[in-house]
Amino acid sequence: MSLHPTSEGTVARVVLITLSLAFLGFFVLLPLLAVFSEALAQGAGPFLDALHTPDAFAAIRLTLIIAAIAVPLNMVFGVAASWAITKFQFPGKALLITLIDLPFSVSPVVSGLIFVLLFGANGLFGAWLAEHDLKIIFAVPGIVLATVFITFPFVARELIPLMLEQGKDDEEAAISLGASGWQTFWHVTLPNIRWGLLYGVLLCNARAMGEFGAVSVVSGHIRGETNTMPLHVEILYNEYDFVGAFAVASLLALLALVTLVAKTVLEWRFGLHAGARH
Amino acid sequence: MSGPIKASARWRQPSVLPGFGLSFGFTLAWLTLIVLIPLATVFLKAAGMGWSEFIAVGFSPRALAAYRLSFGTAAVAGLVNAVFGLLVAWVLVRYAFPGKQVVSALVDLPFALPTAVAGIALTALYAPEGWIGQYLEPLGIKVAFTWVGITIALVFIGLPFVVRSVEPVLADLGREVEEAAATLGATRWQTFTRVIFPAIAPALLTGFALAFARGVGEYGSVIFISGNMPGRTEIAPLLIVTQLEQYAYAGATAIATVMMLASFAVLLLINLIQAASRRRMGV
Repeated sequence: MSLHPTSEGTVARVVLITLSLAFLGFFVLLPLLAVFSEALAQGAGPFLDALHTPDAFAAIRLTLIIAAIAVPLNMVFGVAASWAITKFQFPGKALLITLIDLPFSVSPVVSGLIFVLLFGANGLFGAWLAEHDLKIIFAVPGIVLATVFITFPFVARELIPLMLEQGKDDEEAAISLGASGWQTFWHVTLPNIRWGLLYGVLLCNARAMGEFGAVSVVSGHIRGETNTMPLHVEILYNEYDFVGAFAVASLLALLALVTLVAKTVLEWRFGLHAGARH
Repeated sequence: MSGPIKASARWRQPSVLPGFGLSFGFTLAWLTLIVLIPLATVFLKAAGMGWSEFIAVGFSPRALAAYRLSFGTAAVAGLVNAVFGLLVAWVLVRYAFPGKQVVSALVDLPFALPTAVAGIALTALYAPEGWIGQYLEPLGIKVAFTWVGITIALVFIGLPFVVRSVEPVLADLGREVEEAAATLGATRWQTFTRVIFPAIAPALLTGFALAFARGVGEYGSVIFISGNMPGRTEIAPLLIVTQLEQYAYAGATAIATVMMLASFAVLLLINLIQAASRRRMGV
């Protein structure tokens, strides 16, 4: 028996820490290193050349456009949903939260399929869209829709626990002092939730830029037109252009690393609140 | 309380705060348009197929093999993550060591790294001529293009679910019960198995279920390492894509319906676990 009856002995600690670090190193760190190593396998020249192509540029541009549309939409939705859910009492609230979370439990491929069934050539609105010369599937609107669906819960999910914890005393005080609803929102609520909002937006953005399965189903993989960065990675990889595939992949990995650093910094700033969130 | 009480006040409790109509209306409308109607389409289309056709395409031998593979590998990966995720959570909560903050951030990498990037990276590691694969190949161990490779991809994807489910519960666990157990003469291992583990078991099960559900539907990180042989290494999500590419919408819809029902069942299970554990804790 150890001298500290509510903790483990030094040997046990070292073994457990080593085991978990080895597991993380093997399963998480090694794949990350592989991305950069493979991208630079033939030196910096081929790496930069692989990025300096019209197709890569088009893919980066499209990914930025998709995120620029999908993220603000979900941000507005997340704030509205959190306001309704945390500031008011009404029956059916738990069901509403479950429904908002629903996209998280749907396979990415199915998330793409549903929009094909709605707007594809043989879909519910397919004939009508064709008649009016509108294209959603195998075009940018379809990619936006699938991305909005996939990232739907991110902002709301971060804001709801935060705003529940903050309560509504500040807002009620502002209203009783004569502030209008919008004034209360802009000057009281928004400053209170800004870091949590940024946190949700960061995670939402990372997923929006990196989504593969759902986008793959609706995109049609038209080079230079409907190819996002993750889809471009797949195309290059399937053409055995490994340096090219890993070069584009390394940009996405960098985005993931930046997201993680920003997320960790925000968690430090939250400090006191982090425990109550889940 | 002053202020006009609208008709909606009968349904919800009155409040001095404004904006319920706008925020709730917008939430419901956007939810219906983006999530509910599209999801309902799948069930509507599946319902329109009729039983015999649904069974024929949704439970064809090829589809059954895909379910077996997807559910089987997701279960194995979930178990691996339950063991090692608990270990990682334990180490992060209980021990201090240099670089802990970096390790903690690293746990979330699978959430942040695009799945396609993870997929090609894992393939580069485990392919027969890859970093790790080249040492396994002479031993006769094949990882890439077998179910083992798929499982490794799902372990990567699922790890944060277990760690992040267990971590807060472990952190909130009062040390008093452990002290009591030790005072009563329990060894550290007895304290863990009899006192700590039962308290964190619901969180661990939730983490396992989340990782499992994610693993069943996972696509991007798997398709590069899986080899995609119909009936052998073809996961269910890939079969949906294949059916779509062949314009077999009925097949894609039926398989998607089966998978959605399965993941909703898991979701329900998670809610039941959490409700049961709340009841047991007397909250």
